[in-house]
Order: sequence, then structure tokens, then C-alpha cells
Amino acid sequence: MTALLTRVKHCMVKHNNQLLKLLLTIAMFMFYVTGYAGDTYQNITEQRRAELHNLLIQDCGSCHGMTMKGGLGPALTPDALKNKSRQTIEMTILQGRPGTPMPPWQSILSKEEVRWLVDALYVGVTP
Amino acid sequence: MSMVTKSVLLVFLLSMSVACTTLRGTGDLGVVIERGSGSVQIVDTTQRISLKQVNGLGDLSHASIVYSRDERYAYVFGRDGGLTKVDILKGEISKRIIQSGNSIGGAISQDGKLVAVSNYKPGGVKVFDSNTLELVANIPAIYGDTNQQSKVVGLVDAPGQRFVFSLYDAGEIWLTDFSSGKAETTRYKNIGRQPYDGLISPDGRYYIAGLFGEDGLAVLDLWHPEKGVKRILSDYGRGSKKMPVYKMPHLEGWAMTEDYAFLPAVGRNQVLVVNRRNWKQVASITVHGQPVFVMARPDGRQVWVNFAYPRNDTVQVISTEQLQILKTLKPGKAVLHMEFTSRGEQVWVSARDAGKVTVYDTESFNAITTLPMNKPSGIFFTNRAHRIGL
Repeated sequence: MTALLTRVKHCMVKHNNQLLKLLLTIAMFMFYVTGYAGDTYQNITEQRRAELHNLLIQDCGSCHGMTMKGGLGPALTPDALKNKSRQTIEMTILQGRPGTPMPPWQSILSKEEVRWLVDALYVGVTP
Repeated sequence: MSMVTKSVLLVFLLSMSVACTTLRGTGDLGVVIERGSGSVQIVDTTQRISLKQVNGLGDLSHASIVYSRDERYAYVFGRDGGLTKVDILKGEISKRIIQSGNSIGGAISQDGKLVAVSNYKPGGVKVFDSNTLELVANIPAIYGDTNQQSKVVGLVDAPGQRFVFSLYDAGEIWLTDFSSGKAETTRYKNIGRQPYDGLISPDGRYYIAGLFGEDGLAVLDLWHPEKGVKRILSDYGRGSKKMPVYKMPHLEGWAMTEDYAFLPAVGRNQVLVVNRRNWKQVASITVHGQPVFVMARPDGRQVWVNFAYPRNDTVQVISTEQLQILKTLKPGKAVLHMEFTSRGEQVWVSARDAGKVTVYDTESFNAITTLPMNKPSGIFFTNRAHRIGL
């Protein structure tokens, strides 16, 4: 699902098709509402999803930019992450990056929530 | 002329005369960043109301503001490299440029003619004419042997038409002097690993950089820059047991009273009290969370503290006489910033996720009013125009 959406997004960028853009927006909306990939995140409530989305934009955004184009921390756009493995990204969020300001989030976020966040990053987040 | 035409004309002339006579100063105005909508609100601190929203300022995460010396223009430094000059009397953008890919802050020169911006991408500092926003100087902050540009943090103005800033990647402090009209830079190398922010003492004498990569603070005495950078508070920092830091403490606005400086501990729920004469720690005050801003009321009798995620719905007030917490307030989720009116009778507190700014009376601690805003962050009052380093 994630890969598919990313591909559609690239296609959209290439052709700048208004209809595709609209369809993608609807798809992404459904994605957020219903959860990712047929909802493998049953433990994350709607309210928690909204909180996680806000955390991503606002708190992660403090270092990585609200558009995820980077700041003190690196860019986290779908393009910037396409060559990084899911495992690497999840571990970075959970355990932090020693020697950098990136803190470990494992005392605050569950593994499932981190997976949800990484999914959102692969698709691309907008404020 | 018919009666109708006459009365229309009369109404028109009357309204014109009203519009023409509503002159006002800007000394009690301020600007609040709305990071949710890439806009700012111009506020009046006497009436405690919002006068106008100005839109179209781009990505405003971590945005900050300096003022022209006539207190009419606010220069807004956006995360996306945008530099916007806002006319706060007219309530509109008077100029806007995108000067880099990614910026973090800025400063205005002693004479008010230069505006400098520190950048993450591509790094370095750019200096603009404050009137036209035309480029005056480009200081790329190249370090090492590989021609890399460093991210620049902690940019402040200093007396003598100078700017001081720190190179995050290079571990250097640079002092750029514009007094001759041209940029002349002195480099201080090996000042410590990963300086992440800087401040200048209110008298403009000491530039202090906080270090993420090691403990201690780097200090440059701007009265004697030839003596080089020294270290103070060698224990200040994350210590041996490095705790996670969810938001780096901000150095700007560090509270300084006559005897003490109040500093946010890094990664610990403490405010540190340091003797200003010898920079020795004299006490630590246990607080609600990891402190972010530790700011003194203008008279120095109180220090107000906000906290990092996830304990960021709270503000605490410390008595600088008793070194104890006087009051705990809950302004709402994600308190990001506090700004005192110039004589300190009010403080404005932004709560990002609560979507409001609350105005408190600093004696009674009562909330006087709240103003709805779209994810408010930094609050900047025009009296900053006349303070060194702000």
C-alpha cells in the first residue's frame, strides 16, 4: 500500500495531473482515517492517530521542518527516505542517534506507533 | 448637488478624516507567530487584542523576529529560508525574499541598517540591507579541508556593528565586524563540539555558546576578543549519564538577575542557579520537566520556566529571592514561548496545541485574557528593537 501510494505520488509529480492529485488526496485521507494497509494498527485509536500526526508535524518538525525538508535534523521526505530501510528508521526513532540531538522515543512511543509514523513518512506528511 | 449626494459626500469626508487622524505609535505592539497557518498576528499589549493577521510567510517552525529601530517593521525569519519584512502599522508584508533553503534565525545590526540570517542549508550567514532586503554580504561558513559549509546557530548582534555566531558542524565561533563597511571575520576554532545555540549578555559584552557534544559553555569576551574563547561551567551539560533531551533548551533570554544567572539544565528536570561573578553553581531547583526557556521578569524578581515535550502543558514561576517555586500554571498543551511586556506587569504565553495565547498578570497570576491563534509559537514585542542581542 505504502509503495503503491509513493509510486502514484511520483507519477503525479511527473504529470502534474489535477485529477490524479484529487484522487491521491482522497486516497491519503482514507489512508489516515482507516489506518494503513487494511488497518494493522488496531491498538491505535483515531484520537491517538491525530495526536501522532500532530507530533510528527509539530514536534518532529521542530528539528526536521514542518514540511520534513530538514533543519538541525536531516530531511525526512519520501525522497530522502527511499533508500533507507524501514528497520533503520524505526530503530533511529526508538533508540535515538548517539552523538546527535536525536533522542530515543521508546519511553514515549510504542513500537506499533513508531511503525505508524514511519508509514506516514514514507507516504509523505503535510501540515 | 442633491441632498443625497451631499450626505454621501459628508459621510465620505468624515470617514476620511477619521482614517487620517488615527495616528498611533508601535511601542505597545507585538507579533505572534502562527506556525499552523504560516501567518503572524499583530497584537496590542495595552488593549490586549489582536489587530490583524498577516498571511503568506511560509514554514514558520522555529521562526523568530527582530525589529527595525523605529519599531515599525518586523523581520520574520522562517524555516524555509524566507525573510519577510512586515509593516506592523499597515498590517501587511512590505517585502519578502527566499534567501536560502533552510534557515534558523537572525539579527539586526547596532545601527539598524543590516539584517543577518543564519542558515542550515546551504549553511553560513547572509547579510541584507534592512531597507531593501538586497544582499550586502555572504559569509558561507566554510570549514575544514573539504570546503563544506557549516550549519550556523546562535547568531546575535553585538556592539561595534558586529555579528557573532556559532558553527554547529565545525565547532567554531565567528565574529564578523561591519564597522568599516565591509565584512571582516575573525574565526575562533576548537571552541567545543556541536555548539547548538548562543546568547549575548544584556550589556553586549559576553557571547556564550551552549555545546551539545560535550559539557561546559564557550565564552567570548567581546571587550577583549583578542583573548580568545574560554570555557565556563565545565559541568554544565548532559553529564556522564546522558538523559534523552526531547527539546534543546533555548539560550536566548537566559535569566540574569543582579547576582545570579538561571540556566535550564540539559536533559534533567532542574533549573540551575549560577553566581554571575565566578560562574560557580550555587543551587539547583527541581522543576516540573526539562526546562526550555528560563526567563526573568524585567525587574528580575521572578523567573518563568516552560518545559519540553511531553511535560509541556505547564509553566512554573520561581522566586529569585527564595530560589523556590512560587506558582505552577497550566496554560494548555504545548507551551512554546513567553514574552513579558517591557515593564513586566503582564506575560503572554503561547500554547501551540491548545491554539491560544494567554495573558497573565505577573503579580496575581490570574489569566487576564486569552487570544485564539493557529498553533502559536514565538511571541515578540517591539521593545526588543532597543535591546542588544534581540
